[in-house]
Amino acid sequence: MNWTLALPEIVLALSGLAILGVGVLPRRDTYDASCMATIGAFILTGALVLGSPEGTAFGGQIVSDAFTRFMKLFTLGGAALALLLSLEWNRAEGIARFEYPVLVLFATLGMLVMISANDLMSLYMGLELLSLSLYVLASFDRDNARSAEAGLKYFVLGALSSGLMLYGMSLVYGFAGTTNFDRLADAMATPANVSSGVIVGMVFMIAGFTFKVAAVPFHMWTPDVYEGAPSSVVAYFATATKVGAIAVIVRVMAGPFGSLADQWQQVLMLSSLASMVLGAFAALRQENIKRLMAYSWISHTGFVMMGLAAGGDAGLRGVILYTPIYLLMSLGAFAVIVAMRRQGRAVETVGDLAGLARTDLGMAVWMAIFMFSMAGIPPLAGFFAKVFVFKAAIDAGLWTLAVVGVLASVVSAFYYLRIVKVMFFDEPAGALDVRPTGASFVMASTGLFNALFFLWPAPLVAAAQAAAAALLG
Amino acid sequence: MNAAGFPLLSLLTFLPLAGALFILTLRGEEKVVAENARWTALWTSLIVFALSLILWFRFDKADPGFQFVERLDWLADIGITYHMGVDGISVLFVLLSTLLTPICILASWDAIQNRVREYMVAFLVLETMMVGMFCALDFIVFYIFFEGVLIPMFLIIGVWGGKRRVYASFKFFLYTLLGSVLMLLAILLLWYRAGTTDIPTLFQHAIPPALQTWIFLAFFASFAVKVPMWPFHTWLPDAHVEAPTAGSVILAGVLLKMGAYGFLRFSLPMLPHASADFAPFIYALSIIAVVYTSLVALAQEDMKKLIAYSSVAHMGIVTLGIFTFNAQGLSGALFTMLSHGVVSGALFLCVGVLYDRVHSREIARYGGVAKIMPAYALVFMLFTMASVALPGLAGFPGELLVIVGAWKINPWVAFGAALGMILGAAYMLFLYKRVAFGRITREDLRGLADMSPREHLVFAPLILLAVWMGVHPQSFLSFFEASVNALVVRHEAALAATRLAGM
Repeated sequence: MNWTLALPEIVLALSGLAILGVGVLPRRDTYDASCMATIGAFILTGALVLGSPEGTAFGGQIVSDAFTRFMKLFTLGGAALALLLSLEWNRAEGIARFEYPVLVLFATLGMLVMISANDLMSLYMGLELLSLSLYVLASFDRDNARSAEAGLKYFVLGALSSGLMLYGMSLVYGFAGTTNFDRLADAMATPANVSSGVIVGMVFMIAGFTFKVAAVPFHMWTPDVYEGAPSSVVAYFATATKVGAIAVIVRVMAGPFGSLADQWQQVLMLSSLASMVLGAFAALRQENIKRLMAYSWISHTGFVMMGLAAGGDAGLRGVILYTPIYLLMSLGAFAVIVAMRRQGRAVETVGDLAGLARTDLGMAVWMAIFMFSMAGIPPLAGFFAKVFVFKAAIDAGLWTLAVVGVLASVVSAFYYLRIVKVMFFDEPAGALDVRPTGASFVMASTGLFNALFFLWPAPLVAAAQAAAAALLG
Repeated sequence: MNAAGFPLLSLLTFLPLAGALFILTLRGEEKVVAENARWTALWTSLIVFALSLILWFRFDKADPGFQFVERLDWLADIGITYHMGVDGISVLFVLLSTLLTPICILASWDAIQNRVREYMVAFLVLETMMVGMFCALDFIVFYIFFEGVLIPMFLIIGVWGGKRRVYASFKFFLYTLLGSVLMLLAILLLWYRAGTTDIPTLFQHAIPPALQTWIFLAFFASFAVKVPMWPFHTWLPDAHVEAPTAGSVILAGVLLKMGAYGFLRFSLPMLPHASADFAPFIYALSIIAVVYTSLVALAQEDMKKLIAYSSVAHMGIVTLGIFTFNAQGLSGALFTMLSHGVVSGALFLCVGVLYDRVHSREIARYGGVAKIMPAYALVFMLFTMASVALPGLAGFPGELLVIVGAWKINPWVAFGAALGMILGAAYMLFLYKRVAFGRITREDLRGLADMSPREHLVFAPLILLAVWMGVHPQSFLSFFEASVNALVVRHEAALAATRLAGM
């Protein structure tokens, strides 16, 4: 048994326990120290992921290949940057408790397990570790009614979706006789012989996954949770966890259910279509910038689903490339949201950004870069993300999706432009407070990535290509 | 290696960007920063212009192919390379862009007083996008520059524009984006079919006629909005009126050429059948544009709006010339694009001179300006005449060639174009009469100062060009002769090949 394949997860879990143990002991405030230790643990785990060998372990429960490495690295990076954002925010909001980084760490650990899962059992284990940590995180500002509401909503709906997924898994297990991805793939090699029970189970699983990635029709929780949960938590929700969610749906659709593409393609196409359109139109009138970002993500998830529905080498490459680029756009945007604070109070409407270009040009320029990048305007990184999924859709002949997709992206360009307009064209509404160092660092690093990606896109594209190749075996 | 011995086109493209980055690092007191930003931008753009003159002297006019070619493995694994080069069709537009940028920066010297640093950065980024677009020889690279133009232009209109700037900037951005994303899908389809987005390679790639129709329509969605062709022109008057003077100059001088350039570079050579099939449709739209927008221009109360509508009419002549598919029509279209770039840019500068002094663009606000500002009236007169295609000035050779080209297709088409010339003379002379002549009805106009030395400097190169292009058009026509002839030959060969196959 090759347990070294799980070394990153083991190390991360042990560091989580150690930080927890150290955190409960003294009476002193250990928030900063545990945050830093967690970021350190993420970096260490990232290094281990880079050097991890390939293969399967624990009786086929987990797998390690180019795809898991790619996704894990960006999950860890995203989690580290998101934690950096919450450092000062949590302190200002009075929720700077050492449990926070520990919960983020365990959520991230859950994601790593989920990404390396090669079996329905390990997948579900990772997923629940992630979800339970996120429920707590969403209501972390426990004395705030909105945060508690967000946590409760998320928990109820999340439990429902987990139930759906678990039911689907049990159907798949019952009819196919195995939970292992490789053996499931073998069992379904000839789609004609697959029993309809497996198909029903697969659709239940897809429903569960669409809930996790917030695709229509299981998107409803997203705007409420984004709005209610503390911004620092949302910065983690909206970025790192998306990587995990996309990774797992990609793995399951391309792996065990790969040969059933005819069956699931329509489901994903419909979900993609509805997500792109709903995300584009629903965000038009949002005043709360966190709600706006929630709808913006729903429309982006539509693009991701489009790539997945297109399938094949090009489709998977498109989705795999979309993930880190989206991660780095939204992290930047949330760095700006976290930095939006006026006289010590967090503000979160679009109007609060008015005239930012006069009061803090640097932040306005970064935010404009993130908005144009999300709108997919070249030469920013978001353009490349879109091009690759649209390319895949066209290669696969999905013309309806592609045309609706580009039209939806024009509609959504309107609200991204509106934010730019508010920052650059409107009169200042009073200066924002000096932005925290952590947020500035995240803004600058992700902003530079988005602005300069076009100079040298080849390495990331090649890595995405390798990851897609690993998935297709 | 290319004729210059160093990557000239990349230098022309990215030097302005370097200047913009430098300006962004400027720190200190606002006034000092503004002054430094102005000088940096001016020097950067002048150096770029000086470098671009190498193209003028070293370009081999007999060679119809691409010159000064550069190629880098950018995303070579999946068929995209960073490929730059110019041929007879694009070389003069590179020069037009590099010439108009320093003029615009000089023209905004005093007119722009707030957020000067950001303004200069936006202009230099815009120059990068424009030059890159005309040099790009890879479709994706082209698209990046083509769309990238939107970001700085959106900010220029929105931040430094007039009263309805927000509406105008959104309309400009979304309208253009809507057309472009459809073209992107067509580009992706070509990429899928040919496995590469390299433009010279795509020229060799035959596309079945049925598919050409769809691709043509997708390209048309983008280019017709950019040109703009009637009835997709409504964003233009808004954008022009609200944009600051220099923004209008660039918009009219270079950005409008991007659509026509797209037709010439992509639609004609890659989609010969669809182009031939759609030609009557384009003629109809072009003639409607020429006649209708000329009539609309006659009725305008706002100087900038009038010139904006005249731009639509002139671009109608251009699209007409492009779709004649003969050497005269194509050369005429190219020449008109160049002369329109110089002349309408200059006309917007003329409006800007008055606007800077009186802060009104209303025609009725003026009258008798010739008595107060004689030098200005002379300059304005010259460009008015150039715009109405007076022989001996820049507008004439191009329009004449287009009419000759159109005559070869159908005399009635030529008649439509000629009608435009007459109407053009009507609205321009009417404008000039109302602004420059007549009694001085407004007393405050008496105090206006004539053009400053800086303004003389702004207009001098444009006057020189307007006269040069009119007196000796051959020095410009010779640049695109070889490329245009090659284009015509290839177009006819492509049509003949399928005609044979069809029989």
